[in-house]
Parts: sequence; structure tokens; C-alpha cells
Amino acid sequence: MTEQLHAQIAGPQVLGRVVVYGLLVLLALYYLMPLFVMLSTSVKTLEDIRAGNLIALPMEITFEAWAKAWSSACTGVDCSGLKKNFWNSVSFVVPAVLISTLIGAFNGYVLTMWRFRGSDPLFTLLMIGCFIPFQVVLLPMAQTLGALGIANSTTGLIFVHVVYGLAFTTLFFRNFYVSVPDELTKAARIDGAGFFRIFWRIILPLSPPIIVVCVIWQFTQIWNDFLFGVVFSSGERQPITVALNNLVNTSTGVKEYNVDMSAAIIAALPTLFVYVVAGKYFVRGLTAGAVKG
Amino acid sequence: MKQSTARLTLTAFTLATTLAFSAFSRAGEVEVLHWWTSGGEAKSVAELKKILEAKGHKWKDFAVAGGGGENAMTVLKSRVVSGKPPTAAQVKGPSIQEWGREGVLTNIDDVAKAANWDGLLPAVVSNVMKYQGHYVAVPVNVHRVNWMWVNPEVFKKAGAKIPSTWEEFAVAADKIQKAGFIAVAHGGQPWQDATVFESVALGVGGADWYNRAFVNLDGSALNSPTMEKAFATLRTVQKSIDKDAANRDWNLATAMVINGKAAMQFMGDWAKGEFTAAGKSPGKDYVCMPAPGTKGAFTFNIDSFILFEQKNSDAKEAQRALASSIMEPEFQEVFNLNKGSIPARTGMSMTKFDQCAKDSSSEFESSAKSKKLVPSWAHGMAMPASAQGAMFDVVTQFMNSNMTPKAAAEKMAAAGKSK
Amino acid sequence: MQSSASARAGAVASAVAPRRSLFDVIELALPKLVLGPTLLVSLVFVYGFILWTGWLSFTESRMLPRYEFAGLVQYISLFGNDRWWVAVRNLAVFGSLFIFVCLAFGLLMAILLDQRIRAEGFLRSIYLYPLALSFIVTGTAWKWILNPGLGLERVVQQLGFSSFTFDWLVNPTMSIYTVVIAGAWQSSGFVMALFLAGLRGIDESIIKAAQVDGASMPRIYWSIIVPSLRPVFFSAFIILAHIAIKSFDLVMALTGGGPGFSSDLPATFMYAFGFTRNQIGLGAASAMMMMMTVAAVVVPLMYSELRRQRRD
Repeated sequence: MTEQLHAQIAGPQVLGRVVVYGLLVLLALYYLMPLFVMLSTSVKTLEDIRAGNLIALPMEITFEAWAKAWSSACTGVDCSGLKKNFWNSVSFVVPAVLISTLIGAFNGYVLTMWRFRGSDPLFTLLMIGCFIPFQVVLLPMAQTLGALGIANSTTGLIFVHVVYGLAFTTLFFRNFYVSVPDELTKAARIDGAGFFRIFWRIILPLSPPIIVVCVIWQFTQIWNDFLFGVVFSSGERQPITVALNNLVNTSTGVKEYNVDMSAAIIAALPTLFVYVVAGKYFVRGLTAGAVKG
Repeated sequence: MKQSTARLTLTAFTLATTLAFSAFSRAGEVEVLHWWTSGGEAKSVAELKKILEAKGHKWKDFAVAGGGGENAMTVLKSRVVSGKPPTAAQVKGPSIQEWGREGVLTNIDDVAKAANWDGLLPAVVSNVMKYQGHYVAVPVNVHRVNWMWVNPEVFKKAGAKIPSTWEEFAVAADKIQKAGFIAVAHGGQPWQDATVFESVALGVGGADWYNRAFVNLDGSALNSPTMEKAFATLRTVQKSIDKDAANRDWNLATAMVINGKAAMQFMGDWAKGEFTAAGKSPGKDYVCMPAPGTKGAFTFNIDSFILFEQKNSDAKEAQRALASSIMEPEFQEVFNLNKGSIPARTGMSMTKFDQCAKDSSSEFESSAKSKKLVPSWAHGMAMPASAQGAMFDVVTQFMNSNMTPKAAAEKMAAAGKSK
Repeated sequence: MQSSASARAGAVASAVAPRRSLFDVIELALPKLVLGPTLLVSLVFVYGFILWTGWLSFTESRMLPRYEFAGLVQYISLFGNDRWWVAVRNLAVFGSLFIFVCLAFGLLMAILLDQRIRAEGFLRSIYLYPLALSFIVTGTAWKWILNPGLGLERVVQQLGFSSFTFDWLVNPTMSIYTVVIAGAWQSSGFVMALFLAGLRGIDESIIKAAQVDGASMPRIYWSIIVPSLRPVFFSAFIILAHIAIKSFDLVMALTGGGPGFSSDLPATFMYAFGFTRNQIGLGAASAMMMMMTVAAVVVPLMYSELRRQRRD
């Protein structure tokens, strides 16, 4: 037995490291492949692309496509690029993320610290809800929003995103709070602290890691959403994914793949930024307990 | 001065609505749902916006691209359900009737009468624009679908003759492939499969049979020896397509013809835009001609706008201004020069158009007389969406399996019945 | 000013007597009140809409919803539709492979990254970024890469391996697997993050103890570490199943459901019939079948997992 252990440590260690790094780099290449194609296409000239070299390296590098995608590509009658839609997206994504996260936090808190009869089945019910295909809800939701008087408004869009984001935010917070020891809140309750007080004073200060996870998840989901954005926004307040789709999809026109690709990267910049910058906190947040259930 | 203006306005209102739009109309807003979002198409719509703004109305753009209008239709349905339909929406073919049945469209007979649309549009076209005999939609353009785009250089190198019948096609395709070229550039998407099949069917079966099969959805025409022959011909076309065609965009297929990798492509006249963008000129670098066996016949694909009932009177007025502007010769010319199609109204000067468009225009008028002007079913002009979709399934399955022509014909008859 | 203040004081004073019980009632009901809106919203906008869809599936709704009962016609025509069965079979193939591949790759990457890797942050970002991209355009990039005439196959052949073929994208029997490749690319990074977090949460002393006992590293992973990640598997499974069932953009961008309709999934089927083809009734019927399948799989799973958690 001990011999085995020694062999384990001494001999193949270097080899092991090589294998580990080799595998990691190989995987990284697989992950980078599409990004490489997108980036290289975005700096090509249209002639270069039309010649059929879709995968090859660019013959000459130009950033015209990027400039065009940002400020002069057509996304309808309006030819002012994606910049306007970029801010449209920001204007509804931020409130939708914040509201759904806040409600999710309260829900998670109730479902773990203030459990009542039937709270577990209710949680199951809520979770099943996240499997509803979004295509199904389009028409009844449109009718409901129309009746509420918020059809095709930013408010309506925020409402829809909050409604269908709640299941996941609740899941995240619930699974996080499950691992918080009961003693903490019990002691506070004996001291006479109420529902909100315990939340503000004890639970919320513990929550930053999971808030990061939840915000990242919601931000990506809502920012990248196309279906709700296209159906529930109004013409001039279209989110960036809808503009991107308009820019990319030409039914009978000339396709400018370089502009398409740069536009796609521009549209993804905020989420890319969030992942790269907050990636560390993301994993740390998950470590802190989000995955304990 | 003031008084006369007022009187003039009054008479204008009572006389003809079109006049009222000119200088004295109140400003209204139009919200137009369309899927022309890029390049030449976007520019074309921008022209309409300009014309309307010159008349003092406001244009609220509502562009939703994707899947040849699939996304736009989803959005449109939800807008109607929510009780806020746009002023106008890009809808074509029998779908116009379906919307008419929902009772949400507005009657624009007054505008049509004032500008004599009945006289300007061929009956085949104006019938599509009407619901129960009343105009509810305005045509923008006419695309011809049964075109064949040819790279003559490739034909020359292969020593092949440009085919004018499907028999000649088989011979030519064989020669081209032996010479190491791809005979037919194609993208394996259901609508492209159907576009090719439609031209094949028209060439094999003729306009009469085409109408019985794809417009009347006559089971005895759908499941017939003619249909089997059409599918058998489609098989020879399929064999002259390269193996990597699956889900290729149509414009990449066009690029193959432009680059001399492939000899020909069967595609509507929008393919011209790709040739133009690549700096090629018709007649010299490429040839546009009707698909084999379809000379003198014309499969049309007409884009149009349906007009929704509006509540407030300013919006109503702006809507009528929109409808009449679309049919004006200036707009029809500018729009179609940009888009590669031809004007929907007849009797316009075609001097500014290129040779392909001129051919298209003259055949449009002559085929209307000879009853060989047929709606393109692959582009939603001939049958309800459900039947069209079911037929797409059959054709695309045929293209991607070794289904026999007989089985395909039987499935087509079944597809014709789908509701 | 003053009068209103004193009035308020009076109100407070008069409330003093029943205050305790009222306060307790509110305090007791508070958790339910807080949870209430979410439940209400879920009841209306999820379960209400499911009922609505269920009703439509028994009607002959075509372009817009109609509410006259028409019996089982839509289900009969759904079950007689070849394309539906292709979509169902594809979901089974795609769903199981996608979930398996993501879990396997995610776990592998997490374990590799957990070996005190130098450039961990950098590599982690690379594995995570696909989730940040919208598939509208990424799909085009994948389409080119997987296309035999443009991408991988051509590149490898140009490198001298002329017999190399990789034509899954254009092969009707294999096209669904390309959807798995691209899908796994997009989602496995997220699963990796979940597993990595799980690994970091494991008490190191257990591993040390096992090492002292002489267990080999692979064995420690296999019989101690991986089993302790059970909750992570559960979370990951729920998230992946949710992605698999809703996969729509992925298919539309990559294969368009083709060649033919060989890579159709229920979600794309539903959209095509419910919206594009003006057959809302049929689309609703397919949606109901989909949701019933989901419920049949997920409900027992959730239930047993929650029970197990409570026992722990």
C-alpha cells in the first residue's frame, strides 16, 4: 500500500502535470474556436469573405465593420447602428435584474428560515414553473399586458422578465440559505428581532456571494433574451438582441458577415465583461453554498 | 386667404381623400411592422418614410427581421391580441384573407378608387389584396421566383449548353459535373428546397396543372403522374447539388455561382443584388433566364402591407396617406430599383431598371394575359400557411432521403389537406 | 403639523391594547405575505397559462386563439405527424447526450482546474464565456466550422489528412449530434463553475485522511469526492434539463431543424406550427405533451431530492 502511494507521488507527477495542462489547453482551444472565427471575420473585408475564406485568417485587417456595427448599420429604417439599442437594453435589464434578485432573496429567506406547512411543495411548484416553454406564454401574456395597460412598454418588459426569472433567483437564494445555521436566526428571534430585522441585520450581510451569482445569471439571461424582447418591447425601444437580429437577418439583401460578427461581439460585450471580471466571484459565490442542494 | 384655405380643405375632404392628404392634412402617426432591416431593403423602406414625412405624418419604425417574416408574424399576433395592432404590417398572400377573417383590417376602397388601383393592378394581384371584394392591403413590389442564375463562363469551360428544358438540364448538369464544377448551387433549407421544386413543377406540369395543384389544392392534381414526374426531375436536380448544401444561406450559394465554383442557381430575383454587390453586370458576367421549361410563365411573390383598423382619426388619415403613397409611381420606382424587384403597378416606365428587371416586367404583363402568371407557393402566395408548411416538410424530406416520387406525390396530397 | 402628529400619537395609543395580538398575527403571516406575490404570479403566469394552453389544445385555433371545444382532433393529428415523432426522438437523444456531455466535461474541467493551475482565472474565463454570447450569431460561426466544405473537414484535409471526413452537419442521421456539440460548448462552462465551486467546498481533511489510508487519487475522486458532489449534480441537472427542453435558438441557428427536419426538437416544432404555420391548436397540443413529459420526469426527482435533503 505504502509503496503504491510513493509511486503515486514521485514518478508520474511531472507527467501528470503535463497531461493536466495539455488537456486544459486542448479544451480551451475547443472553446475558443468560434470566438476566433467571429473575431477574424469581423476584421476582414467583404471581398475577402465573399472569396469563400470563411475560416481562414484575414488577408488584411480593418476595423470598419466594428465602426459600422456600432454607429451606422441599419436595423430597420433607422441606420444608426447598435448604440441606441445598447442603452435601451441597459434601461430595462438593470431594473429587471435588481427586482428579481431582491424578490428572490426574500423568497429564499422565507423558504428556509420561516418554513411553514406546505412550503416545500410550494417550492417544487415554483421550480416546475421554470420549465414552461416561453413560446407558450407569448399570446396570453400579450393579452394580460394589454389588459393591464402596459403592453409594449418598458414596464411591461421588466414585468415579464421578473415574473419568469423568479423561479431561478428563488432557487439560488434558497439553496444558499439552507446552509446558513439555524442557530443564527434562532438567537435573534429570542432577542425579539422580527422578520425584516433579521433579514437586514443577519441574512443580507451573509449574502454578497450569492447575490453575485444571481445577478450574473439573471443579467446574462435577460440581456441575451430575444423572444420576450422582440414581442413585448415597442418599436423604438427595442433591446440590443432584437437590433442584432435585425442587422443580421436580411431576407433578400446582401449579407455583411463582418458587420454581423462585430455586432454580435458588441452585443455580448457587457455579458463578456461581467463573466471575465466577476468570474472569480461567481465561482466563489457558488462555493459559498449555492450548490449545496 | 384663410377662408379660401378652409374652403379648399373642406372640398378636398369631400371630393377625394387622396387630395386631402396633400397640404392640409393633420399630422398623424403610422407604425409600420416590416422585416426589411438591412442594406437595400432598409433603404427602400426609408424612401417610404421620407415620402410620408413630406406629407406631414410621423413614421414610427417597427422592424422585426428573421426567418422571412416568421418573427414579425409572431410579434404581430401578440400585438393584435394585446389590443394594440400597428397601423400597417408586411403580410402577403392568402394570409391577408386570414387576417381579414379576424375582422381587424380596415377597408381602403376609397383610396383605391381615387387612384384607380383596379385599373393599375392585374386582377391576379388585386384579388390577393382584397378581402370579400374590398381592398385591405397595398402591394409594394413583384418578385419573380422562377429565375435561373447562370455563370456562362462555367458552362463554356464545361462545354455545356445553357438548358431551356429539364431534359437539357440533365445533360448539361452531367457535363458540368464531369468537368469538375458544381452544377447547381443550392442551400438546403426548406424554403430553398421548395423554391427549386416550385420552378421544376411549373416547368414539368405547366401553369394549368400548377394552379390546380398548388392554388386549388386539388388532390387529383397533387397526387398525379405529373407530380411524380416533377419529383423525379427534382431528384436529378438534387444529384447535381454538392453534398455540403445543408442549411447554407442562399446568398452563399449565389456566391458560388459568382466565384465560378458552380454553374447555376434557382432563386428569385433578389439574387441579383448579390451579383450587383460583387460588381458583376447582367448579360456579361452572369445571365438571368427563366428556369427550364418556364419561359413565358411567371411565379410571382408580392410583398404587401395590410392595414389595421385604427381608433383615432389622425391615425386613420395617416394610414390612408401611407396606402396611397405606396402605390405612387415615384415610390414604386425607387423602392424596386433598390430591392431588385419590379413595381406592382403596371404601365410604368422601366428605363432606369436593368435588363433582368425589364424582362421580368414584360413577362409579368404578357403572362398575365396568357394566364401563365401563377402565385409562388414556396413564398406564401398560394395556399394557407399550414398546407404550405406541410408541403415544405414533404419536399425537404424528399431532398434529404431516398423517398420515391410516388410516395412524395401521395404525401403532397395529404399535405394539401392539412388545416 | 402638531395636530396631525398628536392624532398619530392617539392612533398609536389606541392601538396599544390589541397591539400585541395584531402584531403577532402580522408577524406570523409575514413570511406568507412575502412569498405571496411570487406564488400568485407563478399561479397566474405559469399554471394559468398552462391551463390556457391546455384548453387551446382542445380547440381548432388556427391563426389566433379560438375557444370553441373541438375534442381531441389536435392530439390525433399530432400523433399522426411524422415530424413530431422525429422531434420527440431527437429530444430524447439530444437531452440525454447534452446533459451527459455537459456533466462529464464540466466535471472533468473542474477537476483539472482544481489541481492548483497557474492560469486558472484565465482558463476559467475561456470556459465560461460561451454562455455570455447570444446564439443568434454564434450559430453562424458554428455553422461554418461544422460545414464540411468550409470548416474543420477542409482544414484537416488541407493539413494532409485527405481521407478525414466530418460531415455530421449535412448528414440527416447525424445532424442532431452537431446540436449536442454546440450546445455542450455553450453550457458546459457553467456546469464547470458549479462543480468547481462544489470541489472547493469539500473539506480537505477528508481527502488527507483518505490519502494517509493509502487510497490513490483517482480512487479518492471516484469514491469520495464525486459522490459528495451529489447536490451539485442535482442543481446542474435541473439547469441543464431546463436548457435542453427550451433549446430553440441553438437549433434554429445551427441547422434550422435540418437537413430536412432531421434535427427538429419539440420547442422548434411547437414554434413552427403554433406561429409560423398558423396552427395554434396543434402547437398547443405539442406544448402540453412536452410539459407533461417534463412534469413526469422532474416532479418525482424534485420530490425525492427535497425529502433526502430534509433527512440530512
